[in-house]
Amino acid sequence: MANKKILITSIPIVIFTALVVVFWFSLGSDPTELPSQRIGKQVPEFNLSNLHNPEEAFTHQDLPKKPFLLNVWATWCVSCHVEHPYLVKFANQYPIPIIGLNYKDVRVDALEYLNKGGDPYLFSIADEDGTLGIDLGVYGAPETFIVDGDGVIHHRYVGVIDERVWNTVILPKVKELDPSLVDVEATQ
Amino acid sequence: MKKFLLAISLLLSAQLAEAVIETYDFDNEEQEQLYYEIISELRCPKCQNQTIADSDASLSRDLRFIVQQKVKAGETKGQILNYMQERYGDFVLYDPPVQPANYILWFSPLIIFLIILVVVVIRVGRRTIDPETGDVKMNDTHSNEKGE
Repeated sequence: MANKKILITSIPIVIFTALVVVFWFSLGSDPTELPSQRIGKQVPEFNLSNLHNPEEAFTHQDLPKKPFLLNVWATWCVSCHVEHPYLVKFANQYPIPIIGLNYKDVRVDALEYLNKGGDPYLFSIADEDGTLGIDLGVYGAPETFIVDGDGVIHHRYVGVIDERVWNTVILPKVKELDPSLVDVEATQ
Repeated sequence: MKKFLLAISLLLSAQLAEAVIETYDFDNEEQEQLYYEIISELRCPKCQNQTIADSDASLSRDLRFIVQQKVKAGETKGQILNYMQERYGDFVLYDPPVQPANYILWFSPLIIFLIILVVVVIRVGRRTIDPETGDVKMNDTHSNEKGE
């Protein structure tokens, strides 16, 4: 009889503890962050113009044959303005190629922006209609995809890349793919 | 009273204003119905608690456009939902598929219901009713402890 009483009184405590554990772990996660469906898959095929030259087209075959970052940005995206100086800085510091995907933007605005703030991109793809963006599952710029030399997407980071994100998220992932790319001295 | 009515009518008009702005031409009525059915079942990835039918975000507008194109091209609802799911994950579906990651969502109500059912059956089964007076007598441990 005493055993049963202990059992019954412990039920609320067990439920409470379980809830605390569940809520505790949900605290750190950002509910607006969605997992990418493209991890482990190829960058979708595309045929889009060069931001700097509308006559010239880029396809997925023009993507670097070594690991690179694909950065989705736009001039209308406020957080991208925050991110931009970091990208310029990291592009100068590290030999990691960064490809720009100018997402649903006005070409002249984007070019002026790159002229003023610096151009961290190896080359820039103009996705005026957002087709590649949708194929990539982009839902909020800035987004950065870490892609390997075979064009397979390994990671997506949604949000501004700053010093902390670069060091704790981007560099470790790139290092897994190609350790030589995170070597600062390589370019200095 | 007038103020109250005004408030109510304002609230109602706010609901109406949520409707989608653009209109698309469809070849026939079924396509149009299918279009509205699909856009009200897809969640906007950007503005998380709205369907793409409700949302005014530019991403929703793009997705509605894609749905419209695909409906006109004769694609089925399954194909279109699949297209969206491939890009944005189960999140975009307001009716997500049953899979291990969300078993708890699908089955916990059933399990809780079964637990309640079992508890009720056990407790009710322990009662005895006096056939003459109709009095209910509890025979379970709790009542016994209280000295009944």
